[in-house]
Amino acid sequence: MYRYDQFDHEFVNARVAQFRDQVDRRVSGALSEDNFKPLRLQNGVYLQLHAYMLRVAIPYGTLNGAQMRMLAHIARKYDRDYGHFTTRQNIQYNWPKLEDIPDILADLASVEMHAIQTSGNCIRNVTADHFAAASADEVADPRPYAEILRQWSTVHPEFLFLPRKFKIAVIGAPTDRAAMQFHDIGLEVKRGDNGGLGFAVYVGGGLGRTPMIAKKMRDFLPEEDLLSYCEAVLRVYNLYGRRDNKYKARIKILVHETGLEELKKDIEAEFDRIKDSVLKLPDEDVRAIEAYFAAPDFVELPATSAPLEARKASDRSFARWVNQNVHAHKRSGYGIVTVAVKGTGEAPGDASSDQMDVLADLGERYSFDELRISHIQNVILPHVRLDDLPSVYDALRDAKLASANAGLITDMIACPGLDYCALATARSIPVAQDISERFASLERQNEIGELKLKISGCINACGHHHVGHIGILGVEKRGEELYQVTLGGSGDEQAAIGQIIGRGFAANEITDAVETIVNTYLGKRLSDDETFVETYRRVGPQPFKDALYPSVPEAA
Amino acid sequence: MATLFRGHVAEEDTFIPLEGEQPLPSGEDILVSLSVFEENLDMLRSRNSGRLGVLLEAGEELESLSQHLDLIDLIGLDFPSFADGRSFSKARLLKERYGFAGEVRATGDIRIDQVGHMRRCGFDTMLITHAPTVKSLTEIKDPALFVHYQPALQRPGAAGERATGPRAWTRRTA
Repeated sequence: MYRYDQFDHEFVNARVAQFRDQVDRRVSGALSEDNFKPLRLQNGVYLQLHAYMLRVAIPYGTLNGAQMRMLAHIARKYDRDYGHFTTRQNIQYNWPKLEDIPDILADLASVEMHAIQTSGNCIRNVTADHFAAASADEVADPRPYAEILRQWSTVHPEFLFLPRKFKIAVIGAPTDRAAMQFHDIGLEVKRGDNGGLGFAVYVGGGLGRTPMIAKKMRDFLPEEDLLSYCEAVLRVYNLYGRRDNKYKARIKILVHETGLEELKKDIEAEFDRIKDSVLKLPDEDVRAIEAYFAAPDFVELPATSAPLEARKASDRSFARWVNQNVHAHKRSGYGIVTVAVKGTGEAPGDASSDQMDVLADLGERYSFDELRISHIQNVILPHVRLDDLPSVYDALRDAKLASANAGLITDMIACPGLDYCALATARSIPVAQDISERFASLERQNEIGELKLKISGCINACGHHHVGHIGILGVEKRGEELYQVTLGGSGDEQAAIGQIIGRGFAANEITDAVETIVNTYLGKRLSDDETFVETYRRVGPQPFKDALYPSVPEAA
Repeated sequence: MATLFRGHVAEEDTFIPLEGEQPLPSGEDILVSLSVFEENLDMLRSRNSGRLGVLLEAGEELESLSQHLDLIDLIGLDFPSFADGRSFSKARLLKERYGFAGEVRATGDIRIDQVGHMRRCGFDTMLITHAPTVKSLTEIKDPALFVHYQPALQRPGAAGERATGPRAWTRRTA
């Protein structure tokens, strides 16, 4: 994985010193909250309902044991002993004191981490496939490109005061595990006709109150043009993106209102003017970044493991966990472990300091000192020997991290909602907890099969409800929380935005509604192999409407 | 009360802002809006003493001036609010794309924490009203960073920023 050189250390240390000065000025009163706000936002500091919140970047979701242990240390020393992994491969601390934040940033810098541009109207943490360099379907590791983009976008002087936030995701496989098409720029690494590496470029995706699937701007962009093309997109957006209404300020609206072809012409014209400038990537520099992500020292192993098979035969819970949470690795004898940070009745993505320490140990000991954070708010051990799975499972179980629910209905995404967030209009966590408890039986979850349920506590859609097979959006109506249901969304390569199924449900009705939807699916599916979303695509919304709203007469 | 800065040095602002129907004084440095500039183009062209500046609002396009840059000594780019970053891109385009050799000046809502970014995008001068920013600049308490992860303004012969970093895209302020 990437390691800081002297330049990177110098940069983050200078940035910490700069922010320490800004906090000092704020605390002394020399800087008003109004003037401090854009500065703190660009350092990941929000003001929430009850306290400041600090959002720390985990660039493209990759970290090592020492970094995970530092995240635990920060939770223990400066916060309330837990952190919240987010859908953008960040971690949030909900209760830091403002005066402590410069020290937290210094602690992070000591392990080559930062909180730069995790909020504000600038280019945010660049995300990537959490199975990068481990899955068999990959063309190339997306992370070297994400790292190059991270560097280029960090404190880019031209793009710190954009119309709105700007999110970039990179995937390296045809299977989209990073919701790439729902980003402002989505990049898919692929090979061109001449065999060289490059990208399919998508622009203008996003969720929020106007969800849109990104449009393909380029079928193939050569590797060397990565930064020039992104700079062209950002410059056009900075100049022409709307600034009169923050809800219409994302680049998706510019694409929509200008029209794809015309905007593409502007972007390509800008790109033509700068593509042979200093931003053209020299091959040796790309290869040097790539070398940081060289494969670990895998050994030749048989495809099957005797200790694994023996334990599976004797322990049903273990067998179920392996079946659900371990994915095929590109190397024989290894597996990709998904640690579901989704214990029954827990807030999705919340991990305690002790749990983070356990994960750090496991990453160091069993996964070549590497961990990942997924956009589904889980932790991944990307390179585990099949022989080691029993030991890993036992340690996870002791830490209450062995939920065998990866990809199932209780492996849901939920935003922090009204329990923490100043923007929220309804609570998310209690709804997630209630559904999690209702469907706690693993037999039942396995019978239902793959089902992605996502919950947002307001229209800003941090919980990705638009792309949930079942999406739940909490709104406030006449002083009551009301939950709207969307069906059929999908954040993968078959990108789709869920359709609103009908009137919303009260907090005490929503879990029943989810159960009705699930039971309708079970009654309609052609076989156990037809997943929820496949059935929905085949039968459409009507059977679900009929089941949810039985008293509503059929439309003529 | 506004103070004009070139780097950390305050200097006298010789440009007189003109509004609407006023006659154009000869011999003075004048600063006009884009609409005044466009309406009085012939008169401005025939003027033979005093320098000419044009102030561009954040929403006005550079293309309107691109044919007349040889007439213009100064272009002011406005920041109507701290959060409106359009003029950063325009400063770069003026210097890089259009090869404008005159003064590019930042005006409006400017804070100390943006000054470094403005310099990197090609602003020569800044007209600053925000008192704490005037104070910080005067005292050379400038929080700008000296290492950069990307090349900014590309200007032939530009001094100050060098590609001495470990990778092609990194820069260091000398």
